[in-house]
This record gives sequence, C-alpha cells and structure tokens, in this order.
Amino acid sequence: MASKKRTSSNGSTRTKPQARHAAKKSSASTKSSPKSKGGKKAASSARSRTKAPTSSRGSKILGVLDRGTVRDPGLSDERLLELYATMVRTRVMEERALVLQRQGRIGFYVPCTGQEASHIGTAAALMDSDWIFPAYRQAGIPLLRGVSMEQIVDEWYGNDGDICKGRQMPVHYSFRSAHFVTISSPIGTQLSHAVGAAMAAKYRGEDTVTMTYCGDGGTSENDFHCALNFAGVYASPCVFICENNGWAISTPLEYQTASETMAVKAEAYGIPGVRVDGNDILAVYQVTKEAVDRARQGKGPTLIESLTYRVGPHSSSDDPTRYRGDAEVTDWKNKDPLERFKKYLRSRRLLTPKQDEALFAAAKEEVNAAVKAAEQKPNPTVSSMFDDVYRDLTPQLREQRDELLSLGEAKSEHEGYFPL
Amino acid sequence: MATMTLLEGIRDGLFTEMRNDDRVLCFGEDVGRNGGVFRTTDGLQKEFGEERCFDTPLSECGIIGTAIGMAMYGLRPVPEIQFQDFIFPAFDQIVSEAAKIRYRSGGEYTCPMVIRTPYGGGIRGGHYHSQSGEAYFCHTPGLKVVIPSTPADAKGLLISSIRDEDPVLFLEPKKIYRTMKGEVPEGEHVVPLGKGRIVREGKDCTIVAYGAMVETCEKAADELKKQRGIDVEIVDPRTLVPLDEKMILDSVRKTGRLVTVYEAPKTGGFGGEIAAIVAENAIGSLEGPIVRVAGFDTPFPYTLEGIYMPDVRRVVRGVERTFEW
Repeated sequence: MASKKRTSSNGSTRTKPQARHAAKKSSASTKSSPKSKGGKKAASSARSRTKAPTSSRGSKILGVLDRGTVRDPGLSDERLLELYATMVRTRVMEERALVLQRQGRIGFYVPCTGQEASHIGTAAALMDSDWIFPAYRQAGIPLLRGVSMEQIVDEWYGNDGDICKGRQMPVHYSFRSAHFVTISSPIGTQLSHAVGAAMAAKYRGEDTVTMTYCGDGGTSENDFHCALNFAGVYASPCVFICENNGWAISTPLEYQTASETMAVKAEAYGIPGVRVDGNDILAVYQVTKEAVDRARQGKGPTLIESLTYRVGPHSSSDDPTRYRGDAEVTDWKNKDPLERFKKYLRSRRLLTPKQDEALFAAAKEEVNAAVKAAEQKPNPTVSSMFDDVYRDLTPQLREQRDELLSLGEAKSEHEGYFPL
Repeated sequence: MATMTLLEGIRDGLFTEMRNDDRVLCFGEDVGRNGGVFRTTDGLQKEFGEERCFDTPLSECGIIGTAIGMAMYGLRPVPEIQFQDFIFPAFDQIVSEAAKIRYRSGGEYTCPMVIRTPYGGGIRGGHYHSQSGEAYFCHTPGLKVVIPSTPADAKGLLISSIRDEDPVLFLEPKKIYRTMKGEVPEGEHVVPLGKGRIVREGKDCTIVAYGAMVETCEKAADELKKQRGIDVEIVDPRTLVPLDEKMILDSVRKTGRLVTVYEAPKTGGFGGEIAAIVAENAIGSLEGPIVRVAGFDTPFPYTLEGIYMPDVRRVVRGVERTFEW
C-alpha cells in the first residue's frame, strides 16, 4: 500500500533510488518514509553486533578509491592491469552486442555496463577452482576466467559452436571449464544451488568456495531467504553478492524492501553482511577476499551488498527512459567504474593513454573476429534438439525425433522478435 | 529374500545404496534424528552419521535448491519432501532448474538426484496430505517420474533412480506403506526404469494402474472374474516417465480394451495420456471405448476420501463400460 502511494508522484519516484543510495552513505541517514523505521532498527542492531568480524560494517559503504574506508588489497601491477583489461573487454563486448541486437543479428542482450567492477572485482577474489553461480549480468567473469570471446559470441548466436547448443537466449551461458555454472532466467534460483554445492564441497573435504549473484530484485524472491537461511544453518563456504543497482527492470529499490540496506538482511540469518562501493573495483576485491577467506577457513557465508548502477537498459527490450530520469544516469556515469579505476592506474603510472587506447582497440578487434566467426557457423542440427533432455533418448523422444526428421527439411514459420 | 513392507523396501534401498556409494546423502524435514515422519529413513543417521543423513530447515524450496547444487557438484542427493502436497514451494526448482540443467547447459552440467515423497490418499490426510500430483511432473521434460507398487519394486526402482544420471521424482504410495508386504531380495536389487510390470495376465480387458491403485485393481479383477467371467490384464508401468508404451500397447492389442485407473483428478490426469497413446497407436485393436476411472475434479476431501478415491466398485463399472456401447 505504501508503495502505491509512492508511484503517484512521478518525479520523486524517478529520483528516489539515487537519493536512497546517497542517503545510505551516511550511517545517520534521515529518511521521511515511515517504512524506514524498521530498516533503521535492523541497521542499528547490525552495527551493535560485534561477534562476526565483518558484520559491524553492515551499514557503512566500504571503498578504497575515494573513501579510504577499506585497505587497498595491494594487488600486483600485472593483476591490476589484467582486471582493467577485462573491464575494457567487457565494456567493448557489451557495446557491440547491443548494436548487433539493434541490427537484428542477435535476438536479445542483457548489458552489464556500469557494473563491471562489481562482478569482475568479486570474481577476482576467488581461486580458479571455486564455483560461480551467476545471475545474468556478470558477463565479464567468463572473460576473466579465460573463456574465449568466440565461445561467448557463439552463445549469442546460438549456433553450432555454442556450448549450450542454441538452447537458451543470449547471455544464459554455461562454461564448465571456468566453473561458471549454467544460467537460467527465473530470478534467484541459483542462490540455493551455490549453497548446495558449498555443502557438497564441505562434505567432501574440499576447499572449494562457491559464489553466487543476484540483484536487488532477487532479494525479494523466496530463494534468497532459503539460500541465506541454509547457508547460515550449515555454515556453508558460500559468498553471496547482491548487486544492488537500484532497479529491477522498471521497479525501484523501495518496492523491493523496506529494509534500510540489503546487507543488514544477513543479520537475520546469523551471517555477516557488508556494503561496498560496487564501482570501486579495489574495494569490491578486498571485501570479497575477506569473505572468501572466511569461507575457506570454515567460518561460513557472507552477504556482500555491492552498490552499483546499471547505466544501460535492463535488456535490449527495455527503454529505461520510461521510468528513470537523465540526471540519475548522468550522476552514475560520473562514477563509472572503468574511469575510476583508470584514474587510479594513471596515478600509479601503470597505464598511459596510449596503452589504454590500445586495450580498447584490441578488444574491438577481438569482438569483431568473434562475431565474424560466429556468423559463419550454421545452426545446430534439428536432431540435436532432442539430445540432453536425459542422458539417453527415451523411446518417446526417439519416436518424436524420427517422425520430425522423416518430414524432410523444414523452414521455420515462427521467426519472431523478443518481445513482440 | 526377506518379507518386508513397502516402506521397509524403500528403507532397505536407501541403506543398500548409501553403503554402496558415499555420494548418496539423505535429508529433509525430520529425516535425520526422527527418521522421517513415516520412519522411512529410520536408522540412517545412526549408521551413516549426521554428515550423510540430516535434518533441514522447514523449506521445501531450500531442500530441493541445495540438493540441485549438490548434484551439480557431483553428489547423489536423495532429498525427502515430507508430503507431496508440500512440494509446490519447490516446484520452480524442480521444473525450471533440476529438469532443465542438462539440456540448457548442452550437457555440461547434470542433476542426478532423487526426490522422494509420499503421495496419494487413503490415510485420512485431508487435502494437504493426500494429493496425487504426478501429472504436473510428467509434463516436465528432463524429469523422470517413478511410482512403485510393491516392496521389491520400491527397493529396486529406488536403487535404479539413485544410480540414474537424471533427476527422478520418486512418488511413494503412502496408503500401502505398511499394508503392502512382499518378498524383497537382500542386498543388490535393481529394477530398471522404463520397464513396466504385468501384474496379472488376462485376455479381455487391460487395466493400467500404478501406486496404491494396483491393489484396488487386483481386487476388482477378482470380482470381474468371479461375477462376470471377465479376464482382466493389469499393467503397472512403474515409471510414468519414461513410460513403457510398448507393454501397454501390446496388452491392449491383445485384449482390445483399456481402462486407466488413477487417484488424481480425472481431467488432465496421466491416465488420459495413456488413453491418448493407445488411441493414437492401437485404435484398430480397440473393441470398446477407453475408460478413465479416477479421482473427481474436486479438491481431495477429508471425510469422504473413501468415496473420492477409485474403489473396486468403480473399477468394475469402468471395465463393464468397455463392453457396453
């Protein structure tokens, strides 16, 4: 009911998430919404908790680049440049993907522009053997983990080279070689898978840590509750990353929760919760590293709220000007994670403008080559549609397949565009 | 061989496979310390420890969601949903995740797990402890659906399900958990998925039934033989997905008649699917209409459950109708 009241005022709805993010910078935030009372109470109890080491930071936004509230992780120059290069490749790849979609060459895309630091920084804190259960806006992680651009672009095209054999929409990757687990569209379902895998690793005595992602919208799903609850009960070596970008398609943050922060939700599950500036890759890395170390040491799960912003649309089908104002977008563009990291690298004399240009140029070339290759590959065979439902074809599937193939070559009469 | 109840057959299957394979874990609500509300998992925690048989939060979605993660990681989880009626919070996890993981990942990831859950009426359980939801799950590619009707099958099918490389919904007919007794082979005993069982041979009419309905149909067959001289053949498919269509079609081609019997509401029930398969493939053999004897299209009632569920009288009438048209 309170939510409804807020929609009636157009202007305030549009600027609200920004205001909320801003308000949360100060731990003594004063909000006019009556709903904030409950949230504040939870926040203060999170602050008063001292047992878990990171929980006391549940309402403060941690940052390295501008804030200095968390220590610089001290990564090697080489690693810093690798992370930056991955962010550049991700940015370039995404820009190209949206163009390809507009040109009708791929069917759909979900850009993560603006969120590169948040997911690349969190994933960078893991060992390569750790498992990632992604949502659908972490496209930089496969690149970080050595998946080739061609494998990624093949998935957009759903062609014969696609690991998923053309069975899913673009961006629903599966890269077992990178322990990047198959993605689905229902929101939040992956969270408890990560907990189960962490329980399995623990049972086997392996030191694998699992990491899983959701957005602010994902925290409203029952799976979020189930997963954090199980992880807390079984002290599973699992790290939850809530990438709070303020919007679930067109729905602003205040429709998802009356809680003052997402991080304080951890308190109810008996696990630490922290908030980090998600556009500050060093802070993201450092905070996640601490959580991963805790998990690996058998000290259980952590919820990390990474404050970031989706600069582009939810997907290629979305027009964000329908629900949010330019000022907000501009404000966040000014906090661009690439630019901030670049500034840092420049200040440390690790990157010249020329080298930076070369990185962008190389990334463009890399994507172009992958697109060119993908467009030459045929569709998966008709027969492959029946594979992998089960390990073996059932008699029913065999019969259906054979009947279809007996009709000879078919031309699809159902080519559509998503959404219509 | 030992004489066991159906429930003991399931428990024996769990013990056998947990001894055989340390990837097998059993968990769910009250499954550990209490051994399950029906005592199906009694003794497992004692033998295998809390690491392999444990209690969970009261959360069907979490039980199945974590089981999926374990299966993807390489274990063989056997989660229990206390009553099939309570499975729906996990429906998304079962149909959108478990059933689709192999397909959507191009075979990179798999989800070998067995969801055990008691189903069906006949224990005075009201709507929420009596329903038969098999049709929802049979409509989900990627999932197998298994229903035993004897103690030996319960053990053998469960072991096969645990060894299967794909997710299986293992529906346990709780009405006959303790009333159905039979000989069960000790140790290794495997009944393959996708192979039906001829419960009794006959030449005049085929009844296809599964779970607790098999027993009801056997009694009806006795009645029909005695009263009307009708010789009924009963086919128990044992697994609904994948279905042993050949056994059903061969039987109908022999008898010329088909009655399907199931406890679930009549409309959209799995017996309707069997009727369609026979109509599509063996209509030339039919000598009478196909008849469905099923639960009614009402929620499952408490006081009148004995009237709601197909009984001998209604099965007899169903068979008679295949002769009257």
